[in-house]
Amino acid sequence: METVTLTIKNQPGLYLEADTITPDAFAGKKAEEIVDLPVYVGREQHRLGDFFDVSGKAGATPAETKIVVGGDLSRVKRIGQQMTGGEIVVNSNTDMYVGAWMQGGKITVNGNVDAFAGTGMKGGEITVTGNAGNYLGAAYRGDWRGMAGGKISVAGNAGSDLGTFMNGGEIVVGGDVDVHVATHAEGGKIVIKGNAKSRLGGQMVEGEIYVFGNIDVMMPGFAYREDVDIEVNGTKGRFALYEGDLGERHRKRKGQKIYGKLYQLVKA
Amino acid sequence: MAEFLIKNGFVFDPVLGIKGDKADIAIKDGKIVETTALSSPKIIDASGKTVMAGGVDVHAHVAGPKVNIGRNFRPEDKLFTYKPGHGIERMQGGFSVPTTLRTGYNYARMGYTTVMEAAMPPLYARHTHEEMRDTPILDQGAYPVFGNNWFVLEYLKNHEIENTAAYIAWLLRATKGYAVKVVNPGGTEAWGWGLNCDNVHDPVPYFDITPAQIVKGLIEANEYLGLPHSMHVHANNLGNPGNYTTTLDTFKLSEGIKPNSKFGRDQVMHHTHVQFHSYGGDSWANVESRAKDIMAYVNSHDNLTIDMGQVTLDETTTMTADGPFEHHLTELNHLKWANADVELETGSGVVPYVYSPNIKVCAIQWCIGLELALLAKDPMRVFMTTDHPNAGPFIRYPRIMKWLMSEEARKQQFDAFKHKDKVIEATNLAGIDRELDLYEIAQMTRAGPAKSLGLSHMYGGLAPGLEGDVAVFDFNPNEPYAPDAIETAFSNAECLFKAGVQVIDDHEIVSNGNKRTLWVNTKVNENPQVMRDVKEKFLRYYTVTLNNYEVSGHYLPNPYVIEVDATQ
Ligand SMILES: [Zn+2]
Repeated sequence: METVTLTIKNQPGLYLEADTITPDAFAGKKAEEIVDLPVYVGREQHRLGDFFDVSGKAGATPAETKIVVGGDLSRVKRIGQQMTGGEIVVNSNTDMYVGAWMQGGKITVNGNVDAFAGTGMKGGEITVTGNAGNYLGAAYRGDWRGMAGGKISVAGNAGSDLGTFMNGGEIVVGGDVDVHVATHAEGGKIVIKGNAKSRLGGQMVEGEIYVFGNIDVMMPGFAYREDVDIEVNGTKGRFALYEGDLGERHRKRKGQKIYGKLYQLVKA
Repeated sequence: MAEFLIKNGFVFDPVLGIKGDKADIAIKDGKIVETTALSSPKIIDASGKTVMAGGVDVHAHVAGPKVNIGRNFRPEDKLFTYKPGHGIERMQGGFSVPTTLRTGYNYARMGYTTVMEAAMPPLYARHTHEEMRDTPILDQGAYPVFGNNWFVLEYLKNHEIENTAAYIAWLLRATKGYAVKVVNPGGTEAWGWGLNCDNVHDPVPYFDITPAQIVKGLIEANEYLGLPHSMHVHANNLGNPGNYTTTLDTFKLSEGIKPNSKFGRDQVMHHTHVQFHSYGGDSWANVESRAKDIMAYVNSHDNLTIDMGQVTLDETTTMTADGPFEHHLTELNHLKWANADVELETGSGVVPYVYSPNIKVCAIQWCIGLELALLAKDPMRVFMTTDHPNAGPFIRYPRIMKWLMSEEARKQQFDAFKHKDKVIEATNLAGIDRELDLYEIAQMTRAGPAKSLGLSHMYGGLAPGLEGDVAVFDFNPNEPYAPDAIETAFSNAECLFKAGVQVIDDHEIVSNGNKRTLWVNTKVNENPQVMRDVKEKFLRYYTVTLNNYEVSGHYLPNPYVIEVDATQ
């Protein structure tokens, strides 16, 4: 695997739309070619090299390409957007749409990510050591095709609206989450190791939510069924199982209606 | 104005009867002229290329409130489809519900120069005109919807043709409309009660009038006035298995009525997107093509024209004044739904839809649309449309050409269907080996629709005196070609002239043209009763006053008025 190192040298006046920072765009290119890749500030097109020092070279394919991005990237959006393979390490906080519509490969952010990380994600892995903003692993605005595969792990907290229209894959949040979890979900698994606020599983058709901490307000569309002893991501315990959203349509499997499932760890 | 001579192209023109022979086409002062009339023209070398008149779309949803609902509630339709400004082109976006700018540019790229907006809610005519004004290049007109309008329902209940006609004349003038459109006659009004009209004899609640009375009455009123276009109908029962009988019943309402129009059309009814109306069976499990029955009727009745409503197997946005149908659709696909009521006049609904080649019904729909065109005896009466964006986006017209012109292309699509055998069993298409030629395509996309619209004195052909609307395509019909070459060439005109202005040069858009909006101004005898009814309805029911209703001046910066005198 070859490595390309990007270090930001000029901060953009607005925000930098850098969806070319992917192993897919870099593959087969030398540093001199990578600096010429297009990026946008507002409606103006610039070169990647106008903002970044670039060193090293990419592998022949995305899968053989690793990108390490450094400096203050808090005004850089769309790192790893639509990537299909390879690896990106971001050593900073960074802005919106990290790994959005990602299909494969691995992104590690040593810092915080802003909203829409993993939007419409189909595969691969995103690891965030800090916090995530709103709409983590959600669908694009208006779209009904949310996260369908892959895994997102956030060590800290996540904002509101995570897993909206989620259809598959897994999101694990180490800390707390804001309102709206798995709204409209039709699949997938969300694990919240901290506390949740309210509106979990609104209009949820299918899928699973696990909460280890408190839930401020349960949705009225969820009904308590039973306590179950299960193991969730290494944590064994007794969970209260709720099913919902009872107000939504639900498929039947072997004559049984399939509901969204919400498990809450029962405190000893 | 500039002069152009398009030399040595292979010309396909039903108006002149030229079937691919080499000919020179001359343009001067905005019109087609004899080549001898030119003095120092710019020469366009079209050798080895195809030359046709500008395309005419008789039915598309490209402007107005429901198109904009589609744009607003489908931001995902613009995802990854934005294109920044470039040269004369401004920024554009959207796939199935493109921005107004992209609408103009993309029609032009396909060699189209005239596009009719197929459903204008009268109350929102201003919005429709604002969007048409912002759509570059194309000449456009809009059809106000009449089939669920309270005035019409009340007059036609008593068969008051003269009053209906006077109201039509007034509304066309007030809204700057082009033709009489009817969508699910009575059914959309019934939807206000949570009901529908399932067949032509199913009465409308409260008004107690049947769809048959509405349709027949509007045809009679249309012919009383002698409007350029005929009554243009989307019948009841759209999109339901077994609905072909409703369609035939609707067709039959035109029987015995003769066209009364100085504009050269022969039909008294245009039935739109007939693909959606040609289903047999009684459920989605056994739905089948009834295109043969439909086309047997169409082929033997000269006073009828139709358009296809071809399914293109894309993700798209459905939108129609057929409110109950859109509710039915959202119940089927569980995707988001918008619904609107337009006071006293109409309603509408919008739902995204994915026509997947893996779904049997979608593949059957694809077959039915093509069958209609391939079973047509007279291509001057069967027009290419996708009911954009309902069955697919208009940018697929060149792909439909490919399917119509190449059995091999159709075989390739059959092979890509997941349920190929079941689809073949439920349809006729696999047994049809007809391949249309470019002359027939020109009939279905140019001369035919222009004639049906009563605009054959302006559009649809290359005879001297017609508008200088000419397209040149990088396609040599005399050399062997792969099916995909048709799609590539006709998606990307090499040259396009609109009213004598060169709009595309070497595949690049170089001008925004001089877009015109067509509307029909009909003179009728004074009718105090109708004017009193209009005043009273506005006082009693409308939320706006008459002054805030009529479309005036600045909404149509470049109007083209077609005058009709119905006072005799
Ligand atoms: Zn339509």
